[in-house]
Amino acid sequence: MSHVIEMNNIRKEFPGIVANDNITLQVKKGEIHALLGENGAGKSTLMNVLFGLYQPEKGEIIVRGEKVKITDPNVANKLGIGMVHQHFMLVEKFTVTENIILGNEPKKAGRINIKKAAKEIEQISEQYGLRVDPYAKIENISVGMQQRVEILKTLYRGADILIFDEPTAVLTPQEIQELIGIMKKLVNEGKSIILITHKLKEIMAVCDRCTVIRRGKGIGTVDVSDTNPDKLAAMMVGREVNFGVEKDPAVPKEVVLEVKDLVVKDARGVNAVNQLSIEMKAGEIIGLAGIEGNGQSELIEAITGLRKAESGSILLNGKEITNLKPRKVTQSGVGHIPEDRHKHGLVLDFSIGENIVLQTYYQRPFSKGGILDYPEIYKKARTLIEDFDVRTPSEYTPARALSGGNQQKAIIAREVDRSPDFLIAAQPTRGLDVGAIESIHRRIVKERDKGRAVLLMSLELDEILNVSDRIAVMYEGEIVAIVDADQTNERELGLLMAGGKKEKEGEAE
Amino acid sequence: MMEKWLPKGRLLSFAVPLVAVFLGILIGAIVMLVSGYNPFVAYSALLQGIFSDSYYVGETLRSMTPLILAGLAVAFAFRTGLFNIGVEGQVIVGWLASVYVGIAFELPMMIHLPLAIIAGAVAGALWGFIPGFLKARFQVHEVIVTIMMNYIALYTVNYIIRSYLLVPGERTETISPTASLASPFLQSITDYSRLHFGIIVALIACVVLWFILWKTAKGYELRAVGFNQHASLYAGMNVERNIVLSMVISGSFAGVAGAMEGLGTYGYMGILSGFTGVGFDGIAVALLGANTAIGVFLASFLFGGLQVGALTMQSRAGVPAELIDIVIALIIFFVASSYIIRWVMNRIKKEGI
Amino acid sequence: MDFMQILALVVPAAIYAAAPLILTALGGLFSERSGVVNIGLEGLMVVGAFTGIIVTLTLEGMGFGATSTWIALLAAVLIGAVFSLFHAVASISFRADQIVSGVALNFLAVGLTVFLVRLFYNKGQTDYIQNRIYRFDVPVLSDIPIIGPLFFSNAYITSYIALLLVFVVYYLVYFTPFGLRLRSVGEHPMAADTMGIHVNKMRYVGVMISGAFAGLGGAVFAVTVSGNFSGTTIVGQGFMALAVLIFGKWNPIGIMGAALFFGLAQALSITGQQIPLLANIPSVWLNIAPYVLTILALAGFVGKADAPKAVGKPYVKGSR
Repeated sequence: MSHVIEMNNIRKEFPGIVANDNITLQVKKGEIHALLGENGAGKSTLMNVLFGLYQPEKGEIIVRGEKVKITDPNVANKLGIGMVHQHFMLVEKFTVTENIILGNEPKKAGRINIKKAAKEIEQISEQYGLRVDPYAKIENISVGMQQRVEILKTLYRGADILIFDEPTAVLTPQEIQELIGIMKKLVNEGKSIILITHKLKEIMAVCDRCTVIRRGKGIGTVDVSDTNPDKLAAMMVGREVNFGVEKDPAVPKEVVLEVKDLVVKDARGVNAVNQLSIEMKAGEIIGLAGIEGNGQSELIEAITGLRKAESGSILLNGKEITNLKPRKVTQSGVGHIPEDRHKHGLVLDFSIGENIVLQTYYQRPFSKGGILDYPEIYKKARTLIEDFDVRTPSEYTPARALSGGNQQKAIIAREVDRSPDFLIAAQPTRGLDVGAIESIHRRIVKERDKGRAVLLMSLELDEILNVSDRIAVMYEGEIVAIVDADQTNERELGLLMAGGKKEKEGEAE
Repeated sequence: MMEKWLPKGRLLSFAVPLVAVFLGILIGAIVMLVSGYNPFVAYSALLQGIFSDSYYVGETLRSMTPLILAGLAVAFAFRTGLFNIGVEGQVIVGWLASVYVGIAFELPMMIHLPLAIIAGAVAGALWGFIPGFLKARFQVHEVIVTIMMNYIALYTVNYIIRSYLLVPGERTETISPTASLASPFLQSITDYSRLHFGIIVALIACVVLWFILWKTAKGYELRAVGFNQHASLYAGMNVERNIVLSMVISGSFAGVAGAMEGLGTYGYMGILSGFTGVGFDGIAVALLGANTAIGVFLASFLFGGLQVGALTMQSRAGVPAELIDIVIALIIFFVASSYIIRWVMNRIKKEGI
Repeated sequence: MDFMQILALVVPAAIYAAAPLILTALGGLFSERSGVVNIGLEGLMVVGAFTGIIVTLTLEGMGFGATSTWIALLAAVLIGAVFSLFHAVASISFRADQIVSGVALNFLAVGLTVFLVRLFYNKGQTDYIQNRIYRFDVPVLSDIPIIGPLFFSNAYITSYIALLLVFVVYYLVYFTPFGLRLRSVGEHPMAADTMGIHVNKMRYVGVMISGAFAGLGGAVFAVTVSGNFSGTTIVGQGFMALAVLIFGKWNPIGIMGAALFFGLAQALSITGQQIPLLANIPSVWLNIAPYVLTILALAGFVGKADAPKAVGKPYVKGSR
């Protein structure tokens, strides 16, 4: 079988880093080819080179046997290469049709022929089983449909090589199943697919072959039928990986946080958290599982005072903290490693030292009579940098200059150092490499062992299963089940997260 | 949008404004050449018009005074993530308020003068409060609101003068001497320029801005809000209150700038046919000064000097004074385009020239 | 004075005041829809007014007569587009802050035009042009009762041009591929880029069209209202056009409504003393009304303003 795409010895540099170093990727016609690598390994860069968004410094690209230069996405489109982006490239205020035809509009007497376009889109969507409403606005349709629009964009342009960039990250399990079906159908119709992912199970489920890259370097290409998840993981990380977390059984003590009948509305005014109740005890890690958008973020925001609770109550050590200002919540003993560290966790233009005192700058010893004491601030920073192994040139370095893992370590240092009774860790390892993930998991367990109550919110089921003691599953704003981590499995959690009832009796608590 | 005018490298943060000033002056010279003037004659007349006589030095210092304060106003807001384009309007209301207090009361100087300055600050603060409040409460972009507030200030102030404070000559009465910043001493050592004690007020304001922003917990908070509102909120800061406070402080700097005109340079307020320009110059000053107190001071010196020297340039070399407006516009252009200056300098560095 | 007389006084005056605002705000629409804030509308109007007067004077001197003015309007369109490159280069290619770049453009426009006026005429203002565009009664239509006197008598042809352009722009922005692409780069430039649309090229086009329209707006003001040019010919009309753009919610029809409304306020502030009901209201209220209303509109009291999403942000390839 011939190769439809050959990317040979690609090198792409950015100021200060080599994102792709001599990577080779060869895709056969009619296969689903996985591109596997850790976060930051250079997968997206490589695909952006193929799609014409970046120009490589070295290397050649051969499409269907012909050497080509892909200078911009137009060229890629003409070569039949289409990309389904991880962050959807859709104009929210436009309709489905307008988004699909953008840049390639059918015309009648100088004006866009929307009717003709919509008809054509309906025809393609029927052919591949991609249900969409051509006249709906993007802002009004589901995430799943938005992804189908993304796929249609490429098909409308006649693409027969489709790149899927982490397509399952935002989908529900049903939507993932549907997507797998669509991908298989596409391949049957003669298309070739490159699937960018770091999820081993997806590769095992749909892919024919897999190319692995690590830290910008190509590691090799394997047939999926000849390998297994452990081998792929080792290739991806560069050593044997044990995704399990070593820890002793939890010794839960008194109740630290008690949430009763909590109702929280989201930005659109819909109940995101609905009559939710839960108790969390000192010395245990509760994993908060759920598909994105089922109220986990809103629950955490309500506890930390960032979002108003409509009704219900939140008690910390028996004291009411419902609807306190964030500062009061912090002062009463809550630590919060936020979901989005760049948006919430750090002021990137401040130095590490200044970030270390983000919640305590106004207190002694960092501030006396309203005047800052910088020597004290930086002394504190030096101590924490040492204790938490934050790799930074100095405490004066802007937070922006640190790697994601070290930024996260600095945040954790700050939050843990205040000795909070209750620690929230929301997606603490998102986007980090395996080394950093392991270190952060160990730290969370250590805090538990010190007697803190820890709430771990994550969208990664592996993380939830490995780190938590008990798992609370959220679905449509409610906790549908609380299960012991060592008595459940991914399949059961997946069902619960999708709103399925618990299989056996014995609800925890 | 902030990282562009908060340079990272120390060296670069000096180099960019210097390159910008150089390019502005260079293109100004080219414009003169094309227009048939001799740039050397013109620029030397300009320099003479700044340094050659104690009168010119006095006038330069005088014209710097409102520029410094307006520049500080813009810089303070910038630091907290806000673009106060409404300094102009805040200057105008500050001017009127200080003059009104200067006219309406009879008090000993120890009370009257500070009171008149404070009145200017309060009026400017009020004018800054409105866009700050609208930004905090309704997320309205402060740029548009402050532009609109400028016009409201202009029309309203003219209306108030015309209706309630008018004396012949399309102006208010002259303020009482107890509210005046005018200084016979400063005038006498500068060959009877209009130099007044306002320059000292402006210098104090520089120190105040530096102290608030870099030494106080409140300044830390304001800067945090300026860089990242979400993180500030998460850290327990009151973002809305800080936005309002920032605009209020910025507006009070601007109001004091107006007071300097009212209590120092003029001693009255006339009906304005258009904007004073002080507020817009303040934007240029803050940009060129990289939003630091010392930078604002130096940039004010440059722009104040250019504006004063331009008069001599016009009378001696015959070059229209507006040439200086062109030069200032180009300097802003190049400072704002610092990305390209950095890019070029990096290229030069790389190639080892 | 009866009601009809008042209307006959105020309505043509409002349309007359609105025309330069409509033109300039339509220009602003192109720029901001493409994602570039244009505070420089004021300066572009200055350049347009300058060009309109200078070219008219020059051509009159060469004996072109009444056509001078029309050629001057075309020249203003051209020069406005060229001058807007200053803003485009700074804010699109050099990634300058768009507001700062607009401020710089305003400085430059006033400085350069007055400098040139002094250079050409040795004084701070130009002479008056002889061939202003004058009012005329539209044949036939002006004889229609009620509508005739209000809309077709005593009118400027430039006002009709402005109104016509509103609908041309509307069609262009909402029904053509160009419009779709323009709006896409202002809403989600990266999406547009992945669809093969050259974001920066579109933005250059948007800014240059805004320069052309604002140049025309300034020139129309100069050849109908002021008749000559000085540093104070354009004082704030550009910023008011910006207010019109926002109050009109970045939509051509909205712009027309807002401009007519602001024009009405202006007309009333001038003619108000002749109208019994308004004689006692200080004209300052009418003077500041457009600005106050714009602030209220922005604060959401007059319906939420919905700016293009990516407006104000430079587009850097590869960054999210």
